[in-house]
Amino acid sequence: MHKKTLTLALAGLLSCSVAAADTVFFSTQARPLEEAQAMRDKVLKGFDGEVQFLPQEDGPFFARIEAEQKADKGSLALLGALHGDYPPIETALDNVNDLIPTLQAAGVSPGYIKLGKLGGEDQMYVPWMQATYIMAANKKALEHLPEGADVQALTYDQLLQWGQNMQQATGEAKLGFPAGPKGLIHRFLQGYLYPSFTNSVVTEFRSDAAKQMWATFRDIWQVSNPRSTAYNFMQEPLLTGEVWVAFDHTARLKDAFDKQPDDFIAFPAPAGPAGRGYMPVVAGLAIPAKAVDRAESARLIKYLMEPQTQIATLRATSFFPTVKVDFPDDLPKSVQISGTAVAAQANSPDAILSLLPIGLGDKSGLFSKIYQDSFQQIVLRNADIDSILDRQASQLERLMQEAGAPCWSPDLPSTGACPVK
Amino acid sequence: MNNSKWLPYYLIAPSALFMALFFLYPFLQIFAEAFLNSNGEVSLGNFSQVINDFNFMPALKNTLLLTAVVVPVQLVMAIGMALMVSKMNKGRDNILYIWTIPLGISDLAAGIIWLAILEQFGFLNSFLHAVSLIDGPAAWLNYQHPIALFFAVAVAEIWRGTAILLVILVSGLGLIPKEYEEAGKIFGANYWQRLWKITLPLLRPSIQSALILRTLLALEVFAVVMMLGGTDMPVLMSETFNWQFSYRDTGAASAYAVLIMAVSVLITGFYVKVLNVPKEARG
Repeated sequence: MHKKTLTLALAGLLSCSVAAADTVFFSTQARPLEEAQAMRDKVLKGFDGEVQFLPQEDGPFFARIEAEQKADKGSLALLGALHGDYPPIETALDNVNDLIPTLQAAGVSPGYIKLGKLGGEDQMYVPWMQATYIMAANKKALEHLPEGADVQALTYDQLLQWGQNMQQATGEAKLGFPAGPKGLIHRFLQGYLYPSFTNSVVTEFRSDAAKQMWATFRDIWQVSNPRSTAYNFMQEPLLTGEVWVAFDHTARLKDAFDKQPDDFIAFPAPAGPAGRGYMPVVAGLAIPAKAVDRAESARLIKYLMEPQTQIATLRATSFFPTVKVDFPDDLPKSVQISGTAVAAQANSPDAILSLLPIGLGDKSGLFSKIYQDSFQQIVLRNADIDSILDRQASQLERLMQEAGAPCWSPDLPSTGACPVK
Repeated sequence: MNNSKWLPYYLIAPSALFMALFFLYPFLQIFAEAFLNSNGEVSLGNFSQVINDFNFMPALKNTLLLTAVVVPVQLVMAIGMALMVSKMNKGRDNILYIWTIPLGISDLAAGIIWLAILEQFGFLNSFLHAVSLIDGPAAWLNYQHPIALFFAVAVAEIWRGTAILLVILVSGLGLIPKEYEEAGKIFGANYWQRLWKITLPLLRPSIQSALILRTLLALEVFAVVMMLGGTDMPVLMSETFNWQFSYRDTGAASAYAVLIMAVSVLITGFYVKVLNVPKEARG
């Protein structure tokens, strides 16, 4: 009797899950409600198959993938996540080597294809879409620009002067940085400040140039809005007018440009003594090793990499295509405004390309922690720069050795683990 | 066949099983994670890693200080409110409902409500500005004003958590027989004497459970601090969250969880000892 009820209940459960067995696209990207809806209605609708798009916060995302890895059968067909999200779950992924020819034919840059190998031999993800970080300013701020400064080719010293001018004129700190709990300040440190001052991210971590850099940033912080430690998306304080000049991810400035396109401008990040450091953001598509129907997953990837779909994705998420496309004229304001700044930044004569960390495995989180901790201690708590850098450098050295990760750009290639001087 | 002997166990079994599955099992797993290093060997490495982290002492200090400020204030307020309610005849239920509204609100929502009040362009600043007490909106909730930040969190926590104590104390008051109070009156004890010598001692079991519950919750404070303080005010729980989800180091996060448990056990033990209710005196 008992057995019968149990069997019936199980059968019921099973039929439910069979009914829901669409191709599940699990993603840490396009999480905001509007973006998720646009992904479903505009991007995935053209695919001839049922796709269930499930955006998810990082925590539950990893928890589910790790759980499915241990299970016999998985329910996820496709993963969408940032480059930095993949190393910790590398073992849960199937390689996508079979798709490399498709990528090459579509014009994906060899550098991005290499990023997708995560420092190994096999292609672990397909470079899906890209973005970067730029600066945005309210047009009211422009009259306070220091004399002789060109906003399209700013230096960090001029940014400091600009912040001081605005504070003198308005009595308020009008610079802003995304240093909140979900802000991306660590990418500013790794991809912008460090390369601009030291032409390095790891090797020159505690060099004299780095000390100079921290001192400059501490000065810049003096004229930055103290609420910066609560900002996650700079578009919000820009729209309220709390902040006039800000640094952030293009997707996190999008609302400001879309809602008030006439009030804001976008421009490249400043340059330091070594050059203009900048960092691309790459999101990738990967297939879980336990995927039910791998062929269908691969077919969905091919669809998402088509130029048409990539343009639709750009409209939905503000992430730019990784394949070669012809841009239409009617793109959203945010794309037009930030697109020019992105191109100017990458093509500026003193540009220094800083790549996302490669080969750190599950240590990527701790790697960012080292930069965040240095920032918190040096800038927010005014600790002694020399001693903090010494302490953090030894942690960085240990981490690089444990991970055995060789240097990546802009650091010079190394044999063995990337050294910290 | 005597089914009635086993009936209680049958009835308890589902909840016991549920607890074992969703509480005991993860608990043991976390305990194991905390004491193992990445090679699967037993080690205290996770503990030394988190204790040597520069945010550990501030997080511990903030959490304990917050508990030390919030819990006593809440206890006094809750006792006062419970005594007032117990003296009411009409409208007693309505007042109780209103006072327990914060209990029905998630702590994240509570954090958002208080953020809307206290932030730079929030209601408080707008009000002060409107009545010309301040010149312009001032930002208080940031790392430059740690004391203001601390008090903002304390106020939000007091608002949110007093009702838990209140509910326990009101039901505790209802259990005290009226005869003791009447006897006290007959012997000429005034209100304060009756309160100190009769009501509070008889309320001790309720106070004990209320204190234990509230203190454990205070040690786990998280969402309100996250909303109001962000990274400016580290507490034990937010550090645990960061180690797990930002730095992706489950071992270190588990070590934090075990440390929070150790502090909780210590404080609970302290309450049990100090507010000990002799067996004979228990209802």
